[in-house]
Amino acid sequence: MEPFRRVTGVIAPLDRADVDTDQIIPKQFLKRIERSGYGPFLFYDWRRQGDFILDRAEYRGAQVLVTGANFGCGSSREHAAWSLLDAGFRAVIAPSFGDIFKSNSFRCGLVPVELPEPAVRQLIDLAIQEPGMEITVDLERQRVTAGGFEATFSLDPFFRECLLNGWDEVALTLRQDAAIARYEATRPGWLPVSR
Amino acid sequence: MGRTMAAKIWEEHVVAEHEGEPDLLYVDLHLVHEVTSPQAFESLRLNNRRVRRPDLTVATMDHDVPTRGGRAAADEIAQRQMSALEENCRREGIALYGMGSSRQGIVHVIGPELGLTQPGLLIVCGDSHTSTHGAFGALAFGIGTSEVEHVLATQCLRQRRPKVMAVTVEGDLPLGVTAKDVALGIIGRIGVEGGRGHVIEYRGSTIRRLSMEGRMTVCNMTIEGGARAGMIAPDDTTFRYLRGREHAPRDAAWEEAQARWQALPTDADARFDREVAIDATALEPFVTWGTNPGQSVPVSSRVPEPVTETDERALRYMALEPGTAIEAIPIDRVFIGSCTNARLEDLRIAAAVVRGHSVHPKVRAMVVPGSASVKRQAEAEGLDAVFRDAGFEWRDAGCSMCLGMNPDILGPGERCASTSNRNFEGRQGSGGRTHLVSPPMAAAAAIAGHLVDVRAFN
Repeated sequence: MEPFRRVTGVIAPLDRADVDTDQIIPKQFLKRIERSGYGPFLFYDWRRQGDFILDRAEYRGAQVLVTGANFGCGSSREHAAWSLLDAGFRAVIAPSFGDIFKSNSFRCGLVPVELPEPAVRQLIDLAIQEPGMEITVDLERQRVTAGGFEATFSLDPFFRECLLNGWDEVALTLRQDAAIARYEATRPGWLPVSR
Repeated sequence: MGRTMAAKIWEEHVVAEHEGEPDLLYVDLHLVHEVTSPQAFESLRLNNRRVRRPDLTVATMDHDVPTRGGRAAADEIAQRQMSALEENCRREGIALYGMGSSRQGIVHVIGPELGLTQPGLLIVCGDSHTSTHGAFGALAFGIGTSEVEHVLATQCLRQRRPKVMAVTVEGDLPLGVTAKDVALGIIGRIGVEGGRGHVIEYRGSTIRRLSMEGRMTVCNMTIEGGARAGMIAPDDTTFRYLRGREHAPRDAAWEEAQARWQALPTDADARFDREVAIDATALEPFVTWGTNPGQSVPVSSRVPEPVTETDERALRYMALEPGTAIEAIPIDRVFIGSCTNARLEDLRIAAAVVRGHSVHPKVRAMVVPGSASVKRQAEAEGLDAVFRDAGFEWRDAGCSMCLGMNPDILGPGERCASTSNRNFEGRQGSGGRTHLVSPPMAAAAAIAGHLVDVRAFN
């Protein structure tokens, strides 16, 4: 995972609530066995309908997405976070996220920024009124700034460290091998095994 | 103070805890399928890591598999995904129930069938409907591919402890009202993000009286209310279901296991972070009218006036006018299947409605059993004949049109009464329109050619 300290880039608005992972990356693109190559299929069905806001020239190359509550609800597909990353997004700002999407984002280097609903509303309006506006998401200071807009956010301190340092969570856990082995020795013998 | 069942299972599985960090939890059972695992295995390989506990891992093929014509009917990339799973399982020594296996089926159907899903276990799978297994009093939740990789490599998972919500359902279910309607009723009440950050424990007399199949349906839909896990305390119904299954403990081990399972239910003086009460006697068969599972109404009512912009979008997508009677909505397709409603009991209830009738000439209807085993049992009871005689297609097991990763999809504009779990835009096929219903409601709609109240249906 690439370390994330701060990103400054164009903010793109998607003014919808409850955007589910089926919309972020439709199922026909889940058959790939790679982690990359999903960017062109981000919001595929919506883009195909034409005049999709993220396709407007002003939002090309946007690195931050601001959107409605419960973003990434539904399916557990990490492909949703991968497709956003692959399309160039490094952070998503919303009032709330689907639990699994948020967890996936932490683990693949996409920063889920939760801000109160009024602040998100303000950012969406700003991004629409001033298309192409830049925003800075600073993970070290846990602060979002855009022109006169400023807000602080909180993020799980463990996953913040992982994101800041680009740590490999598996490697961290493998260091606890002795604790895992100790736990395994206490498991009752009748617990099911698959073979 | 007493502890909730979720807290007991959580504490039992803590491998390590450090101030400020999420707990490191041990995973008893890791279910794997072809769609969310290839990148996890690939990453292991690139890092020279192996699967720590192949004996606690089990794999099947369900999402991509064609439901007729066998593997040859799968497209090239689905084939590649299935081959990747075979190769990964072979290399790591993981049991795989692939296409053609007598144990193949939807991952959330076969876990319980094989007796692998047991009370008190911590179960994960790269699929959001892993909440299904909570019906046995297990803590079970869906994970992403990075977490799949983490579990493969370490058999552990780092998690923050969620809050616990009690949803208590009391009273007798009215005739024609099923576990699916209980689930839709709960989601309608709490909303699609009402359960976010929580584990839900379903309690009360209605839940106690549900069969294991019904309990699985309720727990399955938990994620549609935003909660990652749903659970029901194990009881005699649970033990009766489990006893004698292939992977269930036997003899002295059974006695030891059962003693532990009986200690799992939430203590009388335990506190929940949130409590919701549902009156089962007031529930009706529900139908979703919109594009998320919270947008539902009783079948006897009308398409509601939109309140939010999300509602307006949903009505546009669904091509519905507010005020239209739900029963006046014609349908083109019927899908009876999915990890929500494709177990033997579901097929029996649907067949009882279908018996002696014919599918409406304008409707194309299909039944997709949840597993190869469900299919065999249904055929042994003659349910396949009931469906076929009525004009239903009788297919092989898989996720099928619940998410349309295989050839079973809706065409643009097609309207479907579906026993699955998600009515998201395009979920069953780009431009397709989904109405979530129970199995008897789906069966009745197939015959009537429109959504219809199964309670008044002859």
